[in-house]
Amino acid sequence: MPEPDLLPRLGAFARLLHDAGFEAGPRRLTDATRALTFIDLKNEPDFRGALRSVFVSRKDEIATFEAAFDIFWAPPDPRATAGALPGRSRALPLSPERAKAWAIALGLNNSQMNREHDARTVPATSSGYSAEELLRHKDFDTMTWEETEQVRRLLEQAPWRVAERKTRRLRAARSGTIDLRRTARHAIRSSGELVRLFRRRPRMRRRPLVLVCDVSGSMERYSRLLMIFAHAIARREDLEAFVFSTRLTRITRLLRQRDLDRALVSVSKGVHDFSGGTRIGEALGDFNRHWARRVLGHGAVVIIVSDGWDRGDPEQLTSELIHLRRSAHRLIWLNPLLGSDGYQPLTRGMVAALPYCDDFLAAHNLQALDDLGRMLAGLDSRPAMR
Amino acid sequence: MTAPASIDEIELRLRERRYIGDRGLATSIFLALKLEKPLFIEGEAGVGKTEAAKVMAEVLGARLIRLQCYEGIDLAHAVYEWNYPRQLLHIRLLGEGEDRRTAEREIFSPEFLLRRPLLDAIDNDDVTAPVLLIDEIDRSDEEFEAFLLELLSDFQISIPEIGTIKAKKPPFVVITSNRTREVHDALKRRCLYHWIDYPNLEKEVEIVRARAPEAADGLAREVAALVQGLRTMELYKVPGVAETLDWARSLAALGATRIDATLVDATLGAALKYQEDLEKIRQQVPAMVEKARGA
Repeated sequence: MPEPDLLPRLGAFARLLHDAGFEAGPRRLTDATRALTFIDLKNEPDFRGALRSVFVSRKDEIATFEAAFDIFWAPPDPRATAGALPGRSRALPLSPERAKAWAIALGLNNSQMNREHDARTVPATSSGYSAEELLRHKDFDTMTWEETEQVRRLLEQAPWRVAERKTRRLRAARSGTIDLRRTARHAIRSSGELVRLFRRRPRMRRRPLVLVCDVSGSMERYSRLLMIFAHAIARREDLEAFVFSTRLTRITRLLRQRDLDRALVSVSKGVHDFSGGTRIGEALGDFNRHWARRVLGHGAVVIIVSDGWDRGDPEQLTSELIHLRRSAHRLIWLNPLLGSDGYQPLTRGMVAALPYCDDFLAAHNLQALDDLGRMLAGLDSRPAMR
Repeated sequence: MTAPASIDEIELRLRERRYIGDRGLATSIFLALKLEKPLFIEGEAGVGKTEAAKVMAEVLGARLIRLQCYEGIDLAHAVYEWNYPRQLLHIRLLGEGEDRRTAEREIFSPEFLLRRPLLDAIDNDDVTAPVLLIDEIDRSDEEFEAFLLELLSDFQISIPEIGTIKAKKPPFVVITSNRTREVHDALKRRCLYHWIDYPNLEKEVEIVRARAPEAADGLAREVAALVQGLRTMELYKVPGVAETLDWARSLAALGATRIDATLVDATLGAALKYQEDLEKIRQQVPAMVEKARGA
């Protein structure tokens, strides 16, 4: 090892990555140490590349890794202004206390540690209605703890399960196609006589659910409850969740935390445009282009939750829905307003969307969510008649 | 062929075989060889993930063993299967008096074994350990991932009737994924990871020249520029490098040495695979061609 203090520094770097949410345990650290013995440490790109290939295991970790690497191994000139390094404005997802501790340990000032704070104040671009995209953080603490607990308990105990689909994996069964492997095995034991036929049939699996939830201003009253709903399903079903108002954010990983309150806090931190305006068509377009191929496999059921108050282009909404419906097993639209007396789905967005949804249901209270659950449990294995 | 001794050598040898990759990929491959760990390669469709494994086999002078994953793939398709029809035939042809125990031992011998790719990768007499390509692992399911996890940690397979087979030399494992589903972290943790991004213009021109030499230099540059432009647009399916190569080859086959609006319009299907995308881009072809010709 050319530098005697490299090992402890590498250990510290692993701790920084760990604080930023990486898997950076002893095994990875060992791998990194071994990896560094094979490369020229003076060659910065190789040094960086070696550590990247050891510590990163998902594409979305790459940007965070690069930021951590820059901060740790190549701290910017203290005189440089924040965000001066092009393309390196991504913040490290550290808790404020940890960020402060690291800043002190590395001799940096806070702006160099967490440059995204500056980026956040940049106003949105001048795209019509969304110009004032509200980059604010929404507090969830107005719902009392008791209410939250009650709603969650009820949702978690709801008796329904999402309907199943056939998988391609076969399992032994009383009826079905003949299982040549087991039949032959058995026959061999009985001197080659086919004494008994074994059969198998496709294993069943519950369908994945994809929830695309509108959290714009007009949906404000419902979004908290819907997030609780999403968290409750995420605990027991295969759920991919997204929220949108002016842009689409994936919250699947944030919802995976067991503790509801912590999950909700992460969601409100991770989503910057709670209660902004709505552009449903654009959000669905974003979903179609960037996520559909990744999350709509295996006969997924897609649930869009929105009141249809859309400031975008209704034609775009229509064409994105047509596309979405083609790749989903079933497309369900939940509208919280549907529960109110005398509501007619006449908003522009709703008029554009209605003909292309398989189901149009209410979502304004627990009862409605329960009805939805029962409907999901009873879904036909064939796609809806369209 | 000796194993590459440095990152530079890997880059050079990949290049000799007309694979133009970035420094990060060469670094990952080099370390995967040195640390004897599987290499997990992710990237959008058509950026050259599978090709990287194929070329690596050539570079190492090793045999390439490819396992294409699909939903429901099981051990009988991936590891081994007994040749039941032959076994049955064999046992029925035995005379009454013959010893059944010997016969059973006979029919559960390697001779009656159908060897699938994973067994082949573990149990072989290759001079150089083979390259095992586990392609599109995101198409398989959790059960199969769990099995792979086990296989990749000790490179051995046990067949109840024969015993445990351990690799003399572990194969160089390359796993690819298109991210149609998130592969379990436990599996990824066993591997080194590399994300292959779309190449920049210069690199893509170089790739076209290396892989589609029939395309004239001007054409190669213009097609690469066109695709680079398409990648900035909002499309359902963004063209990969494979599409760039198809497109360059199609245009070269039509005798083109430069692009023009008519030719591009006629061959747009080589790059775009969705009707909506085609319609959207058709209207912008003349402007795009002009821009690409200036690149």
